[in-house]
Amino acid sequence: MSENNPPRDVERDIDENLRRVYQRRLREELPDRFDDLLRRLRESREDQTPGDEA
Amino acid sequence: MNSQFHPPTTRDQIVSLLPEMRAFAMSLTRNHASADDLVQDAVVKAWKNFHQFQDGGNLRAWVFTILRNTYYSDLRKKRRETDHLIDTEASARQPVGPSDQIIDVMDFEKAFQTLPVEQREALTLVAASGMTYEDAAQTCGVAIGTIKSRINRGRQRLAELLGKDQG
Repeated sequence: MSENNPPRDVERDIDENLRRVYQRRLREELPDRFDDLLRRLRESREDQTPGDEA
Repeated sequence: MNSQFHPPTTRDQIVSLLPEMRAFAMSLTRNHASADDLVQDAVVKAWKNFHQFQDGGNLRAWVFTILRNTYYSDLRKKRRETDHLIDTEASARQPVGPSDQIIDVMDFEKAFQTLPVEQREALTLVAASGMTYEDAAQTCGVAIGTIKSRINRGRQRLAELLGKDQG
């Protein structure tokens, strides 16, 4: 299967935009649901193995 | 004497990966609500199966694998979300971005969302998040050549959609 790759400068633009979108999503505030989830998980010790202390 | 002591990986380090998990999940689900549901399910699985993680390994790749597998498992179960929900014909025939060097980010995101999920995840893992081809291939359960091919095809398709495929 032949693949016609875009010009190198276009590839760079595309990758730059991919990183930009990704970085923007990383900066989003985490919803409260994850605080609640983590609290429940930490309180649950059913899967805690010896030496695995949070 | 070992001067490079690495403390053992703990479950709590999964917490530090939440932003990246959400970003990756968005590339799969294409909407925030589904992405957060997916991340929640993956966090629970990673937390409960943490004993299976090999200490010293790549925690991000391990967690991303769980998230990805959860996504495809849910997809098979639900059978109602496809990769053809967005009409690609109109966007394929008309460039959605300007012809100058600066690509509008919103147009770029729209174009990205039209890609098949295999291409979206490969581009997100390698080009966006900086994962190596090797780790991305392991996360997706395919050969390195397959990841590279998906990335190349994804870039080519994005270039077409954004009117940038003419050199």
